[in-house]
Amino acid sequence: MLFGIHWDASGTAIHFALSILPILLIGLKVTVEATILGFILALLLGLILAMLRSVRFKVVSWPAWFLIEFLRDTPLLVQLFFLFYVLPLYGITLPALLIGILGLGGQYSAYCAEVYRGGIEAIGTGQWEAARALDLDRFTTYKDIILPQAIPRIVPSLGTYLVSMIKDAPLLSAISVLDMVAASTIIGDQTYNYLVPLSMVGILFLLTTLVVSFLVHKLDHKLPKTGIPMK
Amino acid sequence: MNAHVVFDKVVKRYDDIDILRHFSFSVDKGEKVVLIGASGSGKSTVLRILMTLEKIQGGEVYIDDERLWHEGTDGSLRPASEAHLRKMRTKVGMVFQQFNLFPHMTAMRNVVEAPVRVLKMPRDEAEARARELLERVGLAERMHAYPAQLSGGQQQRVAIARALAMRPEVMLFDEPTSALDPEMVGEVLSVIRELAEEGDLTMLIATHEMRFARDVSDRICFLNLGQVLEEGPPEQVLGNPREERTQLFLRSLLEEDKQA
Repeated sequence: MLFGIHWDASGTAIHFALSILPILLIGLKVTVEATILGFILALLLGLILAMLRSVRFKVVSWPAWFLIEFLRDTPLLVQLFFLFYVLPLYGITLPALLIGILGLGGQYSAYCAEVYRGGIEAIGTGQWEAARALDLDRFTTYKDIILPQAIPRIVPSLGTYLVSMIKDAPLLSAISVLDMVAASTIIGDQTYNYLVPLSMVGILFLLTTLVVSFLVHKLDHKLPKTGIPMK
Repeated sequence: MNAHVVFDKVVKRYDDIDILRHFSFSVDKGEKVVLIGASGSGKSTVLRILMTLEKIQGGEVYIDDERLWHEGTDGSLRPASEAHLRKMRTKVGMVFQQFNLFPHMTAMRNVVEAPVRVLKMPRDEAEARARELLERVGLAERMHAYPAQLSGGQQQRVAIARALAMRPEVMLFDEPTSALDPEMVGEVLSVIRELAEEGDLTMLIATHEMRFARDVSDRICFLNLGQVLEEGPPEQVLGNPREERTQLFLRSLLEEDKQA
């Protein structure tokens, strides 16, 4: 029994699979929640990092560069363990799921920062010069001129990272988050049947990533390549 | 003297190449000056410096008797402050060779954006003015079109309206028709010509269109190797140039025309 739901491993494999489906779906909900919140964090933090990195003053851009490299080039599992085991020593105790979201969002913010940077650099200097000639300040230039043109170009790359993040989310089970993967191994431990629960997990992941890929593709086609329209 | 814009011995270098060599030159209030010269002679650079798109390595630039660039601590020239730079910049508007319209904005929004964001003009007021300006450049019907839906000539006319919306005192035109198909050059030039006839605006125009230059300008400056080699009323510079370099340049333009 898990989440108050019983399973039945006595019948056929299909029967067993259907009986654990509600449990796995609860776990999937955790995975999806962590991914959505983590991805929102990654998008925002990534944008901030990308902008800090492009600042002319080295005092600002260099630490931003270092942080990006650090987050990108160390394993997510190590980052999660660090947050989970080390922070409490300094009196910071956060719920495991929140740590998972911070960990996922943190690492992916570094990937997103690089994607933003590429997208921003792809905008021609003419746009910057026109903005300067009109005396738009830096913030407005980013908000109204550069980002609306950069975003449609980077949607495919961001979508790839979103899918990749979904597939990284099971790492959260290593810090005691009870997600779909953790649920499936608990079921396996108790029934000695790993084949069915893990196969189900695989199928559910496949369906989830297919749906997300499809939505990203849709969004990509919907956005005009010249930029998000402003009337 | 009511000089509006003054360049005093300005030096501009890219890497180790001198673009402007002690370039001196001044423009009166309301004067229409056309800059001519071969590519690389520095005419675009003069405009880009005034628009603060380029820094200078020496000399002084004044707009309304106020210095644009100031000495930095390390001996390089830089604006006194961001606020000063922005104040000076609001006096100047620029039209680019490549139009540089914002492709994700309608013609209307292109014109409205800066007055709303920079001058903090209420949106409906800015739109009313934009409508007037777009009418003036003959694009009242196309104001809701995006740049990609407009011809090159139409895009450049929107760009002119966009620059005018900020009520500049000095308008810079950096080869405004060089990127256009020949059949669209006329419509853009006639808009600039009308602007010139209206009077008040100080205008600096870099162009290769000699007939237009003759019609529109009070004075023509021939730039050669980063200096003003010859200047004067259009009839004199175009009709009876003193300098051999000027004669050569004008002859080469004529030959191009014949070939075309």
